[in-house]
Amino acid sequence: MCGIVGIFLKDKELESKLGAFLTQMLSTMSDRGPDSAGYAIYGRPKKHKKKITVQSSSPKKDFSSLAKNLQDSFNEDAHIRCSYTHAVISSKEDNCTKLKKWLSEVYPNLRILSTGNSLEIYKEIGTAAAISNMFDIASKSGTHAIGHTRMATESFVTTLGAHPFSTADDQCLVHNGSLSNHNTLRRQLSTYGVHCETENDSEVAEAYLSQKLGSGANLGEALQQALQDLDGFYTFLIGTKSGIGLLRDPIACKPAVVAENESYVAIGSEYKAFVGLPDLDKATIWEPEPATVYLWEH
Amino acid sequence: METIDLKKTTLRELNKTLQSKGVMKISSEWEIQNPDGCHALAVGMSDPINVIIKGSTGYYCGGMNKNANIVVKGSVGPGVCENIMSGSVTVEGDASQYAGATGNGGVLVIRGNASSRCGISMKGVDIIVEGNIGHMAAFMAQSGNLVVLGDAGETLGDSIYEARIFVRGQVQSLGADCVEKEMRPEHKKILQKLLRFANADVRIEDFRRFGSARKLYHFKKKNIRGY
Repeated sequence: MCGIVGIFLKDKELESKLGAFLTQMLSTMSDRGPDSAGYAIYGRPKKHKKKITVQSSSPKKDFSSLAKNLQDSFNEDAHIRCSYTHAVISSKEDNCTKLKKWLSEVYPNLRILSTGNSLEIYKEIGTAAAISNMFDIASKSGTHAIGHTRMATESFVTTLGAHPFSTADDQCLVHNGSLSNHNTLRRQLSTYGVHCETENDSEVAEAYLSQKLGSGANLGEALQQALQDLDGFYTFLIGTKSGIGLLRDPIACKPAVVAENESYVAIGSEYKAFVGLPDLDKATIWEPEPATVYLWEH
Repeated sequence: METIDLKKTTLRELNKTLQSKGVMKISSEWEIQNPDGCHALAVGMSDPINVIIKGSTGYYCGGMNKNANIVVKGSVGPGVCENIMSGSVTVEGDASQYAGATGNGGVLVIRGNASSRCGISMKGVDIIVEGNIGHMAAFMAQSGNLVVLGDAGETLGDSIYEARIFVRGQVQSLGADCVEKEMRPEHKKILQKLLRFANADVRIEDFRRFGSARKLYHFKKKNIRGY
């Protein structure tokens, strides 16, 4: 099962409601899989700033010292915003690589969930509604977002096993389905120096796309190539800095519905995900074709 | 006319009422408001009541229907009227995957498009789709009629048994053992009846008929060594 949702805003006026829309959409999908849930929010990027979202299993201990140590090592260049088990550290773009290295050395237990100019990822074990409450997702604003509620099949129910997965700056993926050649692909990707954190199949799909995008392909080309290289069942939603991509496998067992009107494009595993969105009666509602790449970009 | 608002009544209560033996005594006309994409709506009915659903539904709307006539004023999710026995289901919008799957009888009319696996394993249901249908329609279809006014996707009628398929538009490809067949007077009569039922104003001459080549499901003696 698993439930996936995405929303791409065309109307700037709605940006302050992005998190509220996504929470509402994903909460409705909870009965497709209540094991864990995650939200990827693309906010308006700040000039020359980057963000790192980290997760800790002992946030009280880690985050209290993290704030102080960041101050000591990076002066005014790094800021931290803590939220339950997650913290978003923002810094000057030039400092980001240094900061990431520093984090892995000083706080090896912290898990880096995302990096980039606009992306923040929040994911934990629990239902979509509970996780939205934990991180106050409903108050977050931005231009587009994707989310996932998981019924674990091939790997453990852990925070790291939750979607969205991110293996490159401002890029992430959610997946409904299962891949059958992920172990082979993981090995092949490692020869390119692409490292997966988990045993999860969906992370491999994300790493695969990162590798393609990193070697110069655009998202459309990478997804077209994925149709040849990824074996299994999938409906993917991929978030990038500029928008959202969607791909279903040629058999298209895993559901997807799109609702599009003048203000937004909403994507969900079921129609139910759209109920309550503004002007739904004015939206064109359709099912994406199998083996067809869809892109919505700003 | 009895009206039930799913914002005020639970799905379970609604289905229990519609399935109850005394439903005809309460009313033969029912209207359901605010379906909001919920699953298994108006399933397992057995009395000849008319049910109008004002909006879109989720999985398995009208499943196992017997005698009742359902009209959905919206689109339906996967598996609409799965295993329908008799009666009718009319969808004014589109239908998702495996519409009318395993249906034994009755009629399913889809005014919009149907996606993949429409009429999979159909066993006697008649399905009329006014728009296009996706891939693998009528896969392993055993009996009944699938009428498509638009185009059909890949591998139409794969491993088909004795169902009839009528397509007015283009067929992307035929599945294993599915072939085009001659449209004889008895087929035209069946098609005419179904088009009339759906109030579809199109010419019978524009349709082509597809069915089983009967090569796949008959055992061939020469293959005995393979077993």
